[in-house]
Amino acid sequence: MHLADGELPHDYLGYTYQKVLFILGGIVLLFVLLIVSIAVGAVSIPPVDVIMTLIGQNVTDKWDRIIWNIRLPQALTAIVAGAGLSVAGVAMQSILRNPLASPFTLGISNAGAFGAAVAVIIFGTGLMTSTTAGAVVINNPYLTTITAFAFCMLATVAIIAIAKIKASSPEVVVLAGVALSSLFTAGVMFLQYFADDTQLAAVVHWTFGDVGRAGWPELTLMAVITIAACIYFVANRWNYNAMDAGDETARALGVNVERLRNAGMVVAALVTSVLVSFLGVIGFVGLVCPHMVRRIIGDEQRYLIPGSIVMGAVLLLASDTVARLILAPYVLPVAILTAFMGAPIFIYLLLRGHHR
Amino acid sequence: MILSVDELQFLYRNTKILDDIAFSISEGEIVAILGPNGVGKTTLLKCLNRILVPKEGVVTVCGDPIASLGLMEVARRIGYVPQRVETGRLTGFDAVLLGRRPHIGWDITEKDLRIVDAAFKKFMIDHLRLHSIDEMSGGELQLIAIARAFVQEPKILLLDEPTSALDLKNQVEILDRIRNIVTDHRIAVVMTMHDLNTALRYADRFIFLKDQSIHTYGDRSIITENEIEAVYGVPVQIGELWGVPCVIPLCLCNGNGNGKEEERDDMIHKKEN
Repeated sequence: MHLADGELPHDYLGYTYQKVLFILGGIVLLFVLLIVSIAVGAVSIPPVDVIMTLIGQNVTDKWDRIIWNIRLPQALTAIVAGAGLSVAGVAMQSILRNPLASPFTLGISNAGAFGAAVAVIIFGTGLMTSTTAGAVVINNPYLTTITAFAFCMLATVAIIAIAKIKASSPEVVVLAGVALSSLFTAGVMFLQYFADDTQLAAVVHWTFGDVGRAGWPELTLMAVITIAACIYFVANRWNYNAMDAGDETARALGVNVERLRNAGMVVAALVTSVLVSFLGVIGFVGLVCPHMVRRIIGDEQRYLIPGSIVMGAVLLLASDTVARLILAPYVLPVAILTAFMGAPIFIYLLLRGHHR
Repeated sequence: MILSVDELQFLYRNTKILDDIAFSISEGEIVAILGPNGVGKTTLLKCLNRILVPKEGVVTVCGDPIASLGLMEVARRIGYVPQRVETGRLTGFDAVLLGRRPHIGWDITEKDLRIVDAAFKKFMIDHLRLHSIDEMSGGELQLIAIARAFVQEPKILLLDEPTSALDLKNQVEILDRIRNIVTDHRIAVVMTMHDLNTALRYADRFIFLKDQSIHTYGDRSIITENEIEAVYGVPVQIGELWGVPCVIPLCLCNGNGNGKEEERDDMIHKKEN
């Protein structure tokens, strides 16, 4: 029998349509959430008005200002950050063959926090001001962001260098990430010990990841890098499948495993660094989202990568919306909520003993 | 000649693992690489499709030196099944479809799906299509892995101890199916093995590795009691059952194999009683 004489596998195709439906459903949910997220808040805006404003129909100038200047950038930032952190997480879990892998396992977020602490405490970028929200602001956000980014990249370079020395052994990379995390945490504690009240408050405030921090220019930069990373990982979905089948199988399937690992690590670290340095530390999204999607649609990367992107966006947007409402009129930074939500889910996953 | 190896040498951290390896294989042949543990059987197999890069020597596949081919081109010519197969939460169909990787551009086509479908029928594992591979038995998983290498449409299939972790029924099922695809598709199979009897039953040619190089290479006629004792250091008796040679290891009691006669007499004696 000739191989090309096989039939079209309708059973299998039917099974894959379910996964496609899940992803499409996620996209629809994301749009609904986007409208809801913009509609609710200190001032409620009728959803119809939100939609009219978004498609360019001026309903009232007030709605226009609230939506275009405040709520839409915040909601889009949540979508971009959720998608970026989640795709970085799913890639890391594959690259490091480790269920605990996420952008944070590599110590990147702690490096960012250390960078921010250096900027605030040594370069003096923190300043206490009394605004209507009564918040601490960082008087030179760009210097803080650049320093945070520099330290994120430093951590990344260190990780990649360690991986090179030990020929990309996944265990070594994860353990090196744990070591770097504690190193940078110690660094932050050391700096905080010598900081004054204002600086301390500014560092702590920076550390709470908050998607409300970004304006349109920051959002644009984050979106460009996140979209590029998503395209990169989706384009490499078959290579990631091959890598999941084991290094030798992947190599026998024509995949240059070591190059794929290094490139994937750089891309994931870059997208994480950019998001962390603009928004602060947002934990658990990169870890939990891919696991939730794995449970629903499995480990097949063709669906897992897009699924994680969509689920990450949905989860962070939903979390941010809840965080804005839950203690109204106080607005919680989304990172506090993701940590509250992420830890129990994570422990649940550990207890279920699901591999990867 | 579909595959030929000339003066191959492989070093691991300056230690010589393989030296002066030379042999060639024709299409439609099953070749078994035999030898004691740690002699470099798996290493030799991995050198054939450049999972490991030899220090010296040339491996030629379908007329081209393998070093001159890209990874994808090698993957279109040689399939490989490792000893340990990784699992995950994906279906058998997904797992086999991955074998089309060297032929896939941006995404799979209808042709890829048809080929995978045909492979499931060929290996008689249609019932595993939508099963999650992390719930499969060792034998099922091995069949999935071999089917995956098979849909690469390779000219040569390399199998690293395809039956070492399997029970008797699975061993026979897997090797029967390998024999079938070799006959039907005129591909060549190179496999490492421990079980001499299985090798004798399924392989056409045999490579005995000893002390970093090939001790002997040839067809069934090279498998003699002396040869096996020289390679493995165990005295054996070779009998024949329905035309198939059987290797029976004898006891090492006297250390030098002198116990052979007594043991045989002993066994015959037991049988008679």
